[in-house]
Amino acid sequence: MVALTAEPRPAAPSDIIRLTDVRFAWPGANAFSLAVDAFTLPAGQRILLIGPSGSGKSTFLSLLCGIVAPQSGHIDILGTDLTRLSASARDGFRAEHFGIIFQMFNLLPYGTVIDNVLLPLSFARKRRQRATANSSAEDEAARLLTRLGLEAHLARGRSAANLSVGQQQRVAAARALIGRPELIVADEPTSALDRDRQVAFLELLFTEVREAGATLIMVSHDQTLAERFDRVLRLDDIATCRPRSGQGAKT
Amino acid sequence: MIVLRLALQSLRNRWLTATLTVFAIAVSITLLLGVEKVRTGARQSFADTISGTDLIIGARSGNIQLLLYSVFRIGNATNNITWPSYQDIAARPEIAWVVPLSLGDSHRSFRVLGTTPEYFQHYKYRQSHGLAFRAGAPFADLFDAVIGADVAAALGYKVGDPIVVAHGLGSVSFIEHDDKPFRVSGILEKTGTPVDRTVHVSLEAIEAIHVDWQSGGRIPGQSASADEVRRMDLKPKAITAALIGLKSKLATFRLQRAINEYRAEPLSAILPGAALQELWGLVGTAETALKAVSAMVVATALLGMVTMILTTLNERRREMAILRSVGARPRTVLGLLIAEAGVLTLAGTGLGIILLYAALLILQPYVDTNYGLHLPIEPPRPGELATLGAIIVAGCVAGFLPALRAYRLSLADGMTVRT
Repeated sequence: MVALTAEPRPAAPSDIIRLTDVRFAWPGANAFSLAVDAFTLPAGQRILLIGPSGSGKSTFLSLLCGIVAPQSGHIDILGTDLTRLSASARDGFRAEHFGIIFQMFNLLPYGTVIDNVLLPLSFARKRRQRATANSSAEDEAARLLTRLGLEAHLARGRSAANLSVGQQQRVAAARALIGRPELIVADEPTSALDRDRQVAFLELLFTEVREAGATLIMVSHDQTLAERFDRVLRLDDIATCRPRSGQGAKT
Repeated sequence: MIVLRLALQSLRNRWLTATLTVFAIAVSITLLLGVEKVRTGARQSFADTISGTDLIIGARSGNIQLLLYSVFRIGNATNNITWPSYQDIAARPEIAWVVPLSLGDSHRSFRVLGTTPEYFQHYKYRQSHGLAFRAGAPFADLFDAVIGADVAAALGYKVGDPIVVAHGLGSVSFIEHDDKPFRVSGILEKTGTPVDRTVHVSLEAIEAIHVDWQSGGRIPGQSASADEVRRMDLKPKAITAALIGLKSKLATFRLQRAINEYRAEPLSAILPGAALQELWGLVGTAETALKAVSAMVVATALLGMVTMILTTLNERRREMAILRSVGARPRTVLGLLIAEAGVLTLAGTGLGIILLYAALLILQPYVDTNYGLHLPIEPPRPGELATLGAIIVAGCVAGFLPALRAYRLSLADGMTVRT
């Protein structure tokens, strides 16, 4: 189940993610640090990344998405070495190629539902072009929201603040999917939902990810979801973490 | 655009604190501009009070003191000019006209000014405005009085009404010249100068009401009736000051020196404009202090805004993390917070200007009648606009403080969404 290669190898065309000799530590003495010797991921799969709380999942995702840069090593995403990019170029890269869903509190509560979905398009030109290829961006957002099972009157609603947690996660999924980015990263998106809703949400997400031809990386501490994914990876097998000494580790 | 709209919606979400902050800035701006308005209005009022007069003469005293008591009816003369000296100077060939002024009595807290009918012809204010009569005419009879617009309004006098002049300047005087009542012969148009608050009578009338008086009190056993007084020689013995107009301005300094060196008695001659400049030099410190205080109030309001934004940062870390996750650069987060500070300052400044003009519209008549201060309602001057621009820039610069903190927080938080 675990795709781990000890030796660096030439990137196959289908490899969407490739980490080599990555060393990262948060700033400050005795801060949490993470090391990945080698890690590759082929495109078009649904991956479940399992790790308990404090195992460095958030740090690993921050590195993948280019929010932080490692002190050494290389992170290749879609053939681009993030470590060669400036911080703002990484931000632009993330806007174009990543859709991100958080555990909860995904939405700007004072914004409208549609504005929340359209937010990434402000930072990503190609995604805007793709989203507006056949219709207006607003129509595309409404289409995605409908496909993800959000009632039309909620989608057109003024405020995102009155939605339930499940509805908020659907809006967050629509935001991640709009403009068809290559990578969807979800950080425990279902942990705030009850069991039935978890499954329903995942099914909708999977359908849309497949439709968009994207790769899904979902992080969870919950192994019961494993059978629904193409592959299941354990963070412990990929990365070596050294928690911050003295207190609880950063997650 | 969406990002800006969301930033505005975020602000609207915190409307209560945002509104209070905007109000604090607005009030400080109103104060700053208001102080400036009052300052320039007061200067203008003072400068407009007298024009067309080349020299003012009086007994030797400070320039400012002479200006204040002769033109503004503030304070008192320490001494008088004797009538012969006045006659002597008035006869000099370079003088075109001269108007004597005699002060010292009052009517229900309004000052009484003894002068000649030429006063109404030669006294000019606001560049070249002359005095005009709203009703009646200059004094013709010995016991005629011409009253200013404020006197008429405050006491409800009409032409023909009798008035009694009191000795001294208190508003309630027990020593009244009640045996010699005056009659209102004319009412002047409003001028916005101390003329509005003055009762004008002839020099002879001032003399007449003091005929049977000595050392500020009535001489016991002696009392001259009004009719007896009319038959007396009422040539004044002394006057308080005189306004002089010259045939040629070139003679101004020569005549001033001649009067200052007058041998028969110590006299002073002043140029009204020069004395005003001296006065500004004197009150300049107070003006600077006022300006400094109002500038500090603006600084306090901006500090309040920075505090407001800083306190919201913690609850907005989630907002920052979401923006970062969709590709916003830390720079964008920085820019949004600076823009927020800019929008608040801009709104505060706009509201402050509106408040100022609303206050001006409401208070202008009141201030005019009660303090004789005309506050002009006019668009902001270039200097004021520059000040407002500087305040808006200062607001944006102040926004850097919370913005840099948000920048650092959003870098440190990474992908972690904190609640």
